[in-house]
Amino acid sequence: MSTTPVALRKTPLNGLHRRLGAKMVDFGGWDMPVEYSGLIAEHMAVRTGVGVFDVSHMGDLQLRGPGSLGAVQHISMNDAARLQVGQAQYSAMLYPEGTFVDDIIVHKFSENDYLFVINAGTREKDYEWVRAQARGFDCHVSDYSDYYTQLAIQGPRAQETLQKLTNTDLSKVKFYWFTWGTVCGLPNTLIARTGYTGEDGFEIYIPSDEATSERVWNEVMSAGVEFGIVPCGLGARNTLRLEAALSLYGHEISESINVWEAGLDRFCKLEKGSFLGSAGLQGVLDAGGPARKLVGLEVVERGIARDGYRVMDLSGNSIGGVTSGSPAPFLKKNIALAYVPRSFAEVGTEVAVEIRNCPVKAEVVPLPFYKKPKKG
Amino acid sequence: MAYPTNYRYTREHEWIDVSGKTATVGITDHAQDSLGDIVFVELPKVGDKVEKGKVFGSVESVKAVSDLYSPATGTVTAINEELTTAPEKINADAHAAWIMKIELSDPKEIDSLLTAADYEAYAKEETGH
Repeated sequence: MSTTPVALRKTPLNGLHRRLGAKMVDFGGWDMPVEYSGLIAEHMAVRTGVGVFDVSHMGDLQLRGPGSLGAVQHISMNDAARLQVGQAQYSAMLYPEGTFVDDIIVHKFSENDYLFVINAGTREKDYEWVRAQARGFDCHVSDYSDYYTQLAIQGPRAQETLQKLTNTDLSKVKFYWFTWGTVCGLPNTLIARTGYTGEDGFEIYIPSDEATSERVWNEVMSAGVEFGIVPCGLGARNTLRLEAALSLYGHEISESINVWEAGLDRFCKLEKGSFLGSAGLQGVLDAGGPARKLVGLEVVERGIARDGYRVMDLSGNSIGGVTSGSPAPFLKKNIALAYVPRSFAEVGTEVAVEIRNCPVKAEVVPLPFYKKPKKG
Repeated sequence: MAYPTNYRYTREHEWIDVSGKTATVGITDHAQDSLGDIVFVELPKVGDKVEKGKVFGSVESVKAVSDLYSPATGTVTAINEELTTAPEKINADAHAAWIMKIELSDPKEIDSLLTAADYEAYAKEETGH
């Protein structure tokens, strides 16, 4: 038997990444840059200056029609009725059991118009799910994923960088709000103050033709020169989000992990009324709450905890597993997110991570590992 | 970066520099480039017996762990302790940042290892460009 290799999907900036000498990897079927100059330098640029990421692999689903709010409320766990036009919220789509289809960002474009930004690896599944679940609501679902090149400009100098390329006053756009403005001469560009780095920053959505995508990328790079801007790959994106303890689908959240376990309670509004997953989550509460919890671990002995490593108690009994683990370039510690029984979830609890057949001590620490400094 | 012609190489991306019965071992420039920023090196201990083709330690970058395979059989006589605190020296100059020195049990083992030219061709093929 032979298998035909499936062609990797490419973003409109694929050629540019290769010309820049990026190391490319297969990320959920996408040929994406994992690093350019070096993961640590890219990570530090975002924490201290500014970096730009091609995140065009992310999906964009639009729900429009008089029944769109009803559909959004049914399909997602956060309360979209609280959103104002121009505001976004972190949310998730759940199976009836209260486990994850995907995590999403919901943007309210107008009373009858919402945008879900969804993960790359789950695009087709999500689209089918949303279409199926929106049936019965007076609402049309469209997949606009291939219409946009999405750039994330992230870091404490992101605002100053992007401000050079638009007349829109970015200081008026609050965190998790968005607006439309002219960016690099492109009118009606969606500019959202969102990101996945634990840092201030913006995500812009521009037409996905290669020439426009490359032109805007290059203008962003030029605008950021004085702030030390660097192109950043998925490697830095992962370590940045891990320091900020942001969940990654397939790691901290999945179809077999529920909202309470993942600690995403504050984005789940049971009080808004029945929605997909609410009954299952109520059932978990009625049964006494989740048996396991996501915790932050700091490895206190020498060693790096990585995805999939076993977590043990100090007697060597297996109690859980690491979902994401890495050296943290800014914090200069070895950190991990892991699921452990509730009785081990208290901050200060000592556990061990099995690193290459050796138990290495780790301690439960508060999350997030990193919080961006307040602007003074 | 050029591959020293007086070194020999493994398909697992180690180099070995033989001088009589003793040899110095490290990882190649291609290996450090594939790994990215190296943050951790697990060294063997002086006195450890190492065996050709068997794991003697590991290097870790931010993204990945990679085992170290000994190019030859022998006994560890020295380790580069500097790598414990400055593992990035391997990124800076992989062909100088040695990991261990060994006393060879059988210097003839070296003959089966790749030459610089063979290794360079092999590494190119592996990256596909």
